[in-house]
Amino acid sequence: MSSLANIQERVSWFEAGARQRIAGLVDTGSFVEFIGPEKREVSPHLALFDLPVQFDDGIVVGAASLDGRPVLIAAQEGRFMGGAFGEVHGAKLVGLLHASRALGRDVVIAFDTGGVRLQEANAGELAISELMRAVIEARRSGVHVVGLIGGRAGCYGGGSIIAGCCSALVVSEQGRLSVSGPEVIETNKGVEEFDSRDRALVWRTMGGKHRYLIGGVDLFVEDEITAFRDAAITALGRSSCFDETVVRAEQARLANRLQRLGACHDGADVWAKLGIVDPASIPGMPTDQFLAIAASYRENVDDAR
Amino acid sequence: MEILRFDLEAPRPASGTRQLALVGVVASGNLEVLLERAGPADRCTIEISTAARGFRALWEAVTADFVAHRAAGGLHISINDGGARPDTVALRLAQGVRLIEETVA
Repeated sequence: MSSLANIQERVSWFEAGARQRIAGLVDTGSFVEFIGPEKREVSPHLALFDLPVQFDDGIVVGAASLDGRPVLIAAQEGRFMGGAFGEVHGAKLVGLLHASRALGRDVVIAFDTGGVRLQEANAGELAISELMRAVIEARRSGVHVVGLIGGRAGCYGGGSIIAGCCSALVVSEQGRLSVSGPEVIETNKGVEEFDSRDRALVWRTMGGKHRYLIGGVDLFVEDEITAFRDAAITALGRSSCFDETVVRAEQARLANRLQRLGACHDGADVWAKLGIVDPASIPGMPTDQFLAIAASYRENVDDAR
Repeated sequence: MEILRFDLEAPRPASGTRQLALVGVVASGNLEVLLERAGPADRCTIEISTAARGFRALWEAVTADFVAHRAAGGLHISINDGGARPDTVALRLAQGVRLIEETVA
């Protein structure tokens, strides 16, 4: 392999844009975009605020094949308005999920979002509720809905709720998953409660490693597009049963988790409680070593998040 | 938003067969550039939507420099600007032309 090919092989998921992520995720050249930028389906609200629009409204949706399997795929662009859900942005993803049910085709969603776009909050909130329903309906019909989390905006607010509805989640160390983001918590509860500038605290509380250890996500990967591709293929290969038994098991495990870990004040306390001998070493640990430890101590996953 | 439209003489037609190209994102100090094939091969039309008002002269200079140095004939270029500096605009325009020049099998 030439050195250039070697560099291209290891493209950071975190650094990449939405289109680059899709291109690296799916089988080469297989992606066909729906409602592409040339259709100019832009936000009808942003002009009121004198804000610039983006031609794809910050989300790329389409069809592709992944390891030969036909899938529908979406990727949010975290750099445009923090990947937030507006009216068009949300509608594109809702449509994709409806199509997945109609076609019986699995869906992969690359999340990169701060949640609902405040400038079009009503439309955004409606989109989130439509999406929750659409994900559940898709799963009930038997298709996989796999979420990938490792972008710069993380996966927050309404986006985290949709992620919570997915059949499987893949995360990298850079990934963050939480309903309220660091700044929101600090604004509402004060800096004593949560210092949003304390990045180590943010990652101990919402970061990929923590979410993986408490069973909030299913697969933990390096920050590389190829690693996300491999994990997505693995996740799509797993069974995705979704019925009352699964939901009851989730509920029971969440109650159990709260009872067991609810008194902990810090992510590191949680890791200690899980039995990890040196919790302070977790944040700096390389992926392979971390996965080996996690294999022994992490909470089991049965779709509970 | 300020909308700017330029219809420029473009000495060199864009090569390649790709029908459209998109580069960049709308973020602070960045912009997205959508290039499509439209119009006569010796013209380049550019439409800019920007929240930063009052920079017409600067846009004129950057786009004039662009059509003079790049093969931009036969292109319609649409820009959503997030307050990018002139050097970033020039870079994105160059990247866009480079991308649309690719030959699609």
